[in-house]
Formats: sequence, structure tokens, C-alpha cells
Amino acid sequence: MVGTPAPVIASVTAAAAGPAAAAKSETKALSFYYGAFQALKTISMPIYDKKVTALIGPSGCGKSTYLRCFNRMHDLYPGNRYEGQIMLYPDNTNILNPAVDPIEVRMRISMVFQKPNPFPKSIYENVAYGLRVRGERKRALLDEKVEDALRGAALWEEVKNRLGDLAFNLSGGQQQRLCIARALATNPEILLFDEPTSALDPIATASIEQLIAELKEKVTILIVTHNMQQAARVSDYTAYMYLGELIEFDATDTIFIKPKIKQTEDYITGRFG
Amino acid sequence: MSEQTARLESMRVLITRHKRWDLVFAVLGVLALMVGVLTFVALFTQMVVEGAPRISWDFFTSFPSRKPDQAGILSAWVGSTLVMIVTAATAVPLGIGAGVYLEEYAPKNWMTDLIEINVTNLAGVPSIVYGLLALGLFVYGLGLGQSILTAGLTLGLLILPVVIVATREAIRSIPAVIREGAYALGATKWQTTSHHILPYSIPGIMTGVIIGMARAIGETAPVITIGALTFIAFLPAAPFSGEPPAGLFEWVMSPFTVMPIQMFNWTSRPEAAFHHNAAAAGLVLVVMTLSMNALAIYIRYRLRKTIKW
Repeated sequence: MVGTPAPVIASVTAAAAGPAAAAKSETKALSFYYGAFQALKTISMPIYDKKVTALIGPSGCGKSTYLRCFNRMHDLYPGNRYEGQIMLYPDNTNILNPAVDPIEVRMRISMVFQKPNPFPKSIYENVAYGLRVRGERKRALLDEKVEDALRGAALWEEVKNRLGDLAFNLSGGQQQRLCIARALATNPEILLFDEPTSALDPIATASIEQLIAELKEKVTILIVTHNMQQAARVSDYTAYMYLGELIEFDATDTIFIKPKIKQTEDYITGRFG
Repeated sequence: MSEQTARLESMRVLITRHKRWDLVFAVLGVLALMVGVLTFVALFTQMVVEGAPRISWDFFTSFPSRKPDQAGILSAWVGSTLVMIVTAATAVPLGIGAGVYLEEYAPKNWMTDLIEINVTNLAGVPSIVYGLLALGLFVYGLGLGQSILTAGLTLGLLILPVVIVATREAIRSIPAVIREGAYALGATKWQTTSHHILPYSIPGIMTGVIIGMARAIGETAPVITIGALTFIAFLPAAPFSGEPPAGLFEWVMSPFTVMPIQMFNWTSRPEAAFHHNAAAAGLVLVVMTLSMNALAIYIRYRLRKTIKW
């Protein structure tokens, strides 16, 4: 195993980050345990507002585990434990605080899963579901939000004439864009992507990547990917993780061109991992 | 070259010898299968031969009688149907409720494990034991008498484990990502359950319910234990016919008989003509059971077509 010194959280240069990158969220000394197994080891890093942050690293490095802390998905299963904080700004809420209801967190932070997971319902009902959960019943408002979300996910033109069709009848790439629309419909503050293209073909992947580039105008994005080219293409910031530790976090250009840690460089250049 | 030929030759001998065991097992397997299939076919054929001539419109619309050629199964099939309604009304809500609780809500601890083991074991309790329980609890304890209600509750309890297990299996076949997808949108446990878990598992649950009902409709022992009549020449009040509110449910307190008991009654008579009636009633009962199973298979088939994970 390569020695892992304290993580390098670069004081990200303004030039690399673009002007005035404010933090939407900040992780402070986060550790996470599956029962007795420590899957994340004192991770600290910011998530910048309306930027794309990519989490990369070899399988088992904890990147998905970390992502799923942001919507308290781990609360669904017994024996999981968080330590440390994930602060959400501007209201300064520690979303890991047991006093904060995970449902409130999930209403603010949406997630798109690895494999498209539409509900066995119509296209319309899939997109409207987040609003229904919030008690929205007004048909006109639902119609409007569904259209907006489908447009936002670049799917409207393809499905506008068959909103009542079962979502399963869409192709894999369309299903994933439907899931993005479903996540967008509730105006989340952060959108989490867990390897969103790993089940898709290259063309569908390209359309999702383009979509992510458009979405960051409106929403903060955190994406897990095991495809380094994808991280390089879509993200503004990249965090490299290994065995539950954050090895290096910096602007994507810096990580890919002149990483400060040898191990990051080895992983990026394919010599390791 | 001859060395190669000899090598091939010995290989072929070996393969032929090994393949003989394939044949031996296939024959044994077919024999084992035939024991069951042929027994059923023989019984069924005998029932058809003996009973089919007795099956007519009158057979369904006549009460039992001392004269075998005038006797019918009216009170029996009406009784069976009414008991099944009460059985379903008991087992479906209780079974689904318990199954959903165990699968979605129960904390994973030793108490839950204990309850799970108990539920599984309940399915193996002999039906006569349910009859005894019902005699003490429903007939005397709660004073429900020897009624359709008592029989329905008893058979409902009897098939409860089947419904619980079917519910849990249907729920478990829903992929975790669907459940997580609902939670990730901010749904509560009950929203996830009522909007997703239940609707997607209903076909599987229905299959379990019908298979349980098909078992219950043929049950004899517990129904005899609670005191179903073996000869009954009147029908219960038609459901929902009496003076509301009490009269609406008058039928559930009525004495009754069911198909297997009617069959049992006829079988125990000395005259051969009654045995033909028993065969005819058996035929009707088997057809009822098989059609319920066919319905369950159809529902499962429909499910596989509409919901694919």
C-alpha cells in the first residue's frame, strides 16, 4: 500500500476555480462506519456552490459511501454511524446532526443513482413524485414543474407526447435523464450523481455529461465516477480518495495536470488503481 | 496412428458407460414423478366417471336429501363461498399488515427474528389444532357459536402464515434502488410503503392469498371441530339483506356446512348412490381449487409482463 500522508486540501487558487467560488457545503472531519468497519476516515473538504465536484478513486475507496452521506441514505440501514459534520450553507446546518430529519435533508439534496431506477409508473408520475411527496396536488402547477424538469433534463422533446407511457418503455439513457428530471423537479440545492453513466452506452453517456455541464448553472453538483476522463470533462473540482481517505482535493485542472501527491498522479496516469 | 485410435476407442467406451447413469437417473426420475401424477389422474378419473353423470343444474340448486338422486350441494357451495369471504376478509388485511410491518418497519433484532421463526412455524401447525383453538376461543370464549364467522376466522388464521410469507416475498423482490429512489426524494416510510411497496407487491400478495384460499376451501378437520353441520337444508340469510345495521351481517352468525363436509357425509353413507354424489361434489371442489390456482398463475404471469425490474 502506498503511504498516505495527511490529505492535501489545496488552498484552491482563484484562477483555477473561477472568481468567487463560495462553499455550498463543507465536510468537517467526517468518519463513517458500517458497523465496526470504518469506511471513511476523517474527510474534510468543501463543495463549491454551482460547481461540479467529482469524487474519483479505485473501487472500495469510499467515494459512493461519502456521496450517500449527503442525503443520509445510510440511515435506511441499521448499524451505520457518522462522525464529524457536513455543513450546508447558507443556513449553517450540519446535515449529519441526528436532530436534523433525514427527510428534510433529502428534500434539499437530490440524488441520481448508478442504474436508472424509474418507478413502474408513467413518465409524468415519475417526475411529479417528489412534488407529490411534498403534498402538491394542483394539476396546473404539477404540469408546469414536470415540463420544466423534463426540459431541464433535455428529455421534454422526446416524451412530450407520451407522458402517460410507462417509464420502463424508455431507453436506458432516457430513463437516466428521466431520473435526473425527477431529481430536478423539486429544485434541490445539491444534486448527487452516483456513477450515473456506468450502465449507459457512450452516446447516452455523452448526453448525460452535456446535461451535467448545463445543470451546474443552476445547481451544485457532486458526482462519483470511476471514469477519470469523465471527471476531467465534467468537473471543476476533483477529490481523489483511497481506502476511505481523501488523498487530494483541488481544482480539476490542477489534479489532472500537476497533482501535488505522487499517488494521485499514479492513479490519474493509470500506473495504479 | 493406431495408438490414437485406441485412445479414442477407450474414451468412447468410458463415455458410453457414464452415460448409462444418465439414463438410469432419468428413468428413476420419471417413475418418481409418475407416482404422484398417475395417482392424481387415477383419482380424478374415478371421480369423473362416478360423479360426472350426477352433475346437473339441479345438483347445484338442491339441498341435501335422504333420496340420493334428489340431493344437491346448494347449502355446501353457498356455505363454502360465504366462509371463504370471511376467510379472505380476515387473512388479507392481517397478513398484509403483518408482512409489511416485518419487512419494512420492524427493527432487525432478536425479537423480530423470534416472531419470524414463529410465523414460519405456524404454517406447519396441523389444521386440527387450529380447529381446537377456534372451538375454545371463538365458539365458547367469544360466544360466536358454530357459525360462518367462526369458520371464516379459523380458516383465516390457518392461512395467515401463507399470506404473511407471500407478502414478505413479494416485498423482498422489489429492488433496493426503487425503495432508495423513493426515500431519496424525501418520502417518509409510509409514503414509500403506500405509493410503492404495496402497489408493486400486490400481484405477488394476491397469488399467495389465492393459494392460501385454495388450501382453506378444502379444509375439513378444523371445520368439523368447530361444529359445522353435516346436514343442512336451508340457506343463511342473504348477505346484506336484513334490517340495517345488525341485519346486514346476520348471515355471518348462521350455521352452515361446506363442500368437504358434504362430501364426507355422503361418503359415510352405505348406499352406492350417495358415493356417486360424493364423487360429484369432489369433482366440483377440485375444479374450484384448480381454478383458483389457475387464477394465481395468471396473475403472476400478468405481473411479469407489466413490472420488470
